[in-house]
Amino acid sequence: MTTLIVIIGYLCLLLALGFFSNRLFRGTSKDYFVASHSIGPFLLLMSVFGTTMTAFALVGSTGKSFERGIGTYGLMASISGLVHAGIFFLIGIRLWAFGKKYGYITQIQFFRARFESDGLGYLLFPILVLLVVPYLLIGIIGAGKVIEPVTAGAFPMLFDYPTKPDWLGGIPPWLTGLVVSIVVLSYVFMGGSRGAAYANTFQTIVFMIMGLVAFVFIVNALGGLDKSGKVPARITETGAIVQDFRYDNKAKELKANDPPKVIGKVIESEASDLANSQPHLSRVPVTAEFKKKNPKGELVSFERELGIPFWTFVTYLFIPLSVGMFPHLFQHWLTAKSAKAFRLTVIAHPLCIMIVWVPCVLIGAWASGILPPAIPPAAVLSKMLATLIDNQVLAGLLTAGVLAAIMSSLDSQFLCLGTIFTNDIVLHRSGPKKYSDKQTITIARLFIVVIVSLTYALAMLAKDANVFDLAIWCFSGFSALFPVVFAALYWKRATKQGVIASILAASAAWVYFFHLSGYGGEYFVGPGIVPAAICFLVASVALVVVSLMTKPPSPETLKKFFPKLN
Amino acid sequence: MNGSQSSSGKSLVWLLFVVMFFAHQDFWWWGDSSLVLGFLPIGLAYHALFSIGCALLGWLAISKAWPTELEVFADEMEETDSTEI
Repeated sequence: MTTLIVIIGYLCLLLALGFFSNRLFRGTSKDYFVASHSIGPFLLLMSVFGTTMTAFALVGSTGKSFERGIGTYGLMASISGLVHAGIFFLIGIRLWAFGKKYGYITQIQFFRARFESDGLGYLLFPILVLLVVPYLLIGIIGAGKVIEPVTAGAFPMLFDYPTKPDWLGGIPPWLTGLVVSIVVLSYVFMGGSRGAAYANTFQTIVFMIMGLVAFVFIVNALGGLDKSGKVPARITETGAIVQDFRYDNKAKELKANDPPKVIGKVIESEASDLANSQPHLSRVPVTAEFKKKNPKGELVSFERELGIPFWTFVTYLFIPLSVGMFPHLFQHWLTAKSAKAFRLTVIAHPLCIMIVWVPCVLIGAWASGILPPAIPPAAVLSKMLATLIDNQVLAGLLTAGVLAAIMSSLDSQFLCLGTIFTNDIVLHRSGPKKYSDKQTITIARLFIVVIVSLTYALAMLAKDANVFDLAIWCFSGFSALFPVVFAALYWKRATKQGVIASILAASAAWVYFFHLSGYGGEYFVGPGIVPAAICFLVASVALVVVSLMTKPPSPETLKKFFPKLN
Repeated sequence: MNGSQSSSGKSLVWLLFVVMFFAHQDFWWWGDSSLVLGFLPIGLAYHALFSIGCALLGWLAISKAWPTELEVFADEMEETDSTEI
């Protein structure tokens, strides 16, 4: 109950922040959509970092490390530090400059002008919306999955599910999703992009601090850093996977299992000698078999690949390219007061990633030696906290931190969908003078309400989806569109036809692989190549070949987007 | 900063970016699960240092290859895009 009160208190604070940012709202559409280009370096860093880090940052990283080990950090985090910072520098600043100079608010406005094509906007609009929606679902479904285990048993009269495993039975996901949607809607509705920037900053600080606090408490509970390093599951001489320790709730300390508890066995591995190795502390691929109970209570086997195949590791670099095409990030870039505001983001973004991800990846690897292997990856962080730290206030604060990571992405995405619908469809078709500034804001707000409602309904329909695999598909789609934005800024010869061909090729390749994955599962090509790499290459080839075969853009357009700069 | 300094600065930043990309593929630690400082697996410690390297590269890019001219271009009188289609 205390946990829930802390979480509710946090949500109330956010609402208060929404009211505060509403007082700063200048009442213009430019202020609602891009905060009148007034956001300084720190707010920009926090809002960009908070937006790019979803539930994935705390919950997903821990869960992935629980499954695959510490390679998760190099796979997803450190490469993102390099690629994201490069994109902010090469793409973000340039787009900000054109946005400020020519008054663009959305990506589609920029692309329509750069490629002299109205139809390009209508082609991109549904694709961007369809890719952002799963991203939104990740947030709402993820919030439900986090809150349920930490509130398990808090309301036995209302939400008691005695037949379910002990990480279920708390507040149901439909209620969490509804509350989170309403809170985010409230402050975005009131404060627009300025409200989102303030809320993101607050929430990013909260989830960064809470991640570190969780780490410190877990380390203490495990008996210090030295002992924590010994905790992960181990492979014996006979190929059994064992847990050498257990957490004794009465003694509040880690105790040795004698004999070690067998939780699975190695089925296959490239490595010849795995005896006494801890697979979660290296990246050697190991196929293992574990057991779990099915709904009838019978023990059934399931396989899991630990470690990371080398080609998966190499080709994963294509996934973070997605930030170059995130429409919500484009909008955040445009809120910057000046190009100089980007400097802090370029330098500090990789460090912020490190601060959040390293502790979570370690917690996930340690969890492999304590928690049952069948626990859903999304529940690993919550379960570690519930197992090791019996403190309801802290559990509430840490859950608030996870919600903060989720909501700091949701707000920007809701706002961005409202913005692109209003500007790229309604105002674009009616002409800029048909609606007053006030009416424009009202249209955007109404559309945001509709999007939130639809997303919530979809999230309830897809509530059992593996949200983190869905996230990777969403990122893959955006990264396949990356050649379009890069060519728009750096290749004069890129043409409208080339870009349309690239978008169609990327979409076709993405749909093909998405189908092969069984509509959202984990899928690799050949030796472990991620589909995003192939989609990216197909899109790039289509863009170059078709552009070279078609008429270049007009000299006026080239002069406008490739000015002679002194 | 004159043109040639700026050009060499940009080349250095690009070169280091490519070096960082290759440095990311640390196949030499792949099967090594030894711990640094008693708790940090070496594969994770290396990539944490890599993140710090990314921040330093960002700082270098800002020092040596900052697009000042783009900043001036954006801050010149804002234009409404009359050619938007």
